Amino acid sequence: MTYEIVFAAAAALAIVSGLGVVLSGNPFRSALWLILNLVSLATFYLLLQSDFLAAAQVIVYAGAVMIMFLFVIAYLGGAGDEPSRDLPLWQFGASLVAGIALVAEVIIAIVSESFPGAPDVGPNFGSAQAVAGPLFSTYLLAFEVASVVLLAAAVGGVVLGAVRPSPRAPGEREPFPERVREAPLPELQTLVMGRETHIEVHHTGGEEDDS
Amino acid sequence: MSVGVVWFIGVSAILFGIGLTGVLMRRSPLLILLSVELMLNACNLSLVAFSRNLGQQDGQVFALVVMAIAASEVVVGLGLVVAMARRHAELDVDNLINLRH
Repeated sequence: MTYEIVFAAAAALAIVSGLGVVLSGNPFRSALWLILNLVSLATFYLLLQSDFLAAAQVIVYAGAVMIMFLFVIAYLGGAGDEPSRDLPLWQFGASLVAGIALVAEVIIAIVSESFPGAPDVGPNFGSAQAVAGPLFSTYLLAFEVASVVLLAAAVGGVVLGAVRPSPRAPGEREPFPERVREAPLPELQTLVMGRETHIEVHHTGGEEDDS
Repeated sequence: MSVGVVWFIGVSAILFGIGLTGVLMRRSPLLILLSVELMLNACNLSLVAFSRNLGQQDGQVFALVVMAIAASEVVVGLGLVVAMARRHAELDVDNLINLRH
């Protein structure tokens, strides 16, 4: 009986927090809802006796990936909010129809199918040792490919995030950072960042403006 | 009434549908990334549920690999968002339309 109650609570939490991710237009709140969603999914993993995966879910996902997400959202400030222009009605309707159709399709498919009951597995079923067996034997190639993909993503993140100064002639003085030299777009002066940048252009780039 | 694999797959399908709706409905790349995370986690839940139902660990290995891929996807996606913000572009996925060509 306890199993059913825990399942029902986790399912309710997962669905409510999933709706919170999509419906709250603020990225910060969406990320916090997603952390709640990940924790309720970890509860499901515990119910399914996948102990190692539940721990990895909380530590790696909720603890590391989402914190990185929150750092970026805090860095962007209000700039990451949902753009204010109106969503076309057809797009709203089409996305609702697509989501509901997919859910209905899967539910019809699984209800019409009869699954055998879960076999009894030992207490060792989802331990790190048990998961490491197939991971490092049958699926060794997938493991190695995942490591290469992670390396490529790390390099990609550095390339996308780095500020590359243009090469300068010998003897030329240190150039200003790129964002100072770029003229800010007019509509961005309403932002705090944009205003600061704008002031900096007049202040530090005065010599170039005079010529 | 015992909670079988069907219930877990049902929750997984609902979460996937919510995530899909979010990807299609939202304009901010950050919110789209979060919705994609939701979809990936729904897939993970069904993988783990079937792994338990079959009594084999293979599904959990798949779920681990999916978590690694999701982490790298977040890195590249957030890199794109930060690059957009640094160029003072409005954070709207329609501004990334050049990526199609």
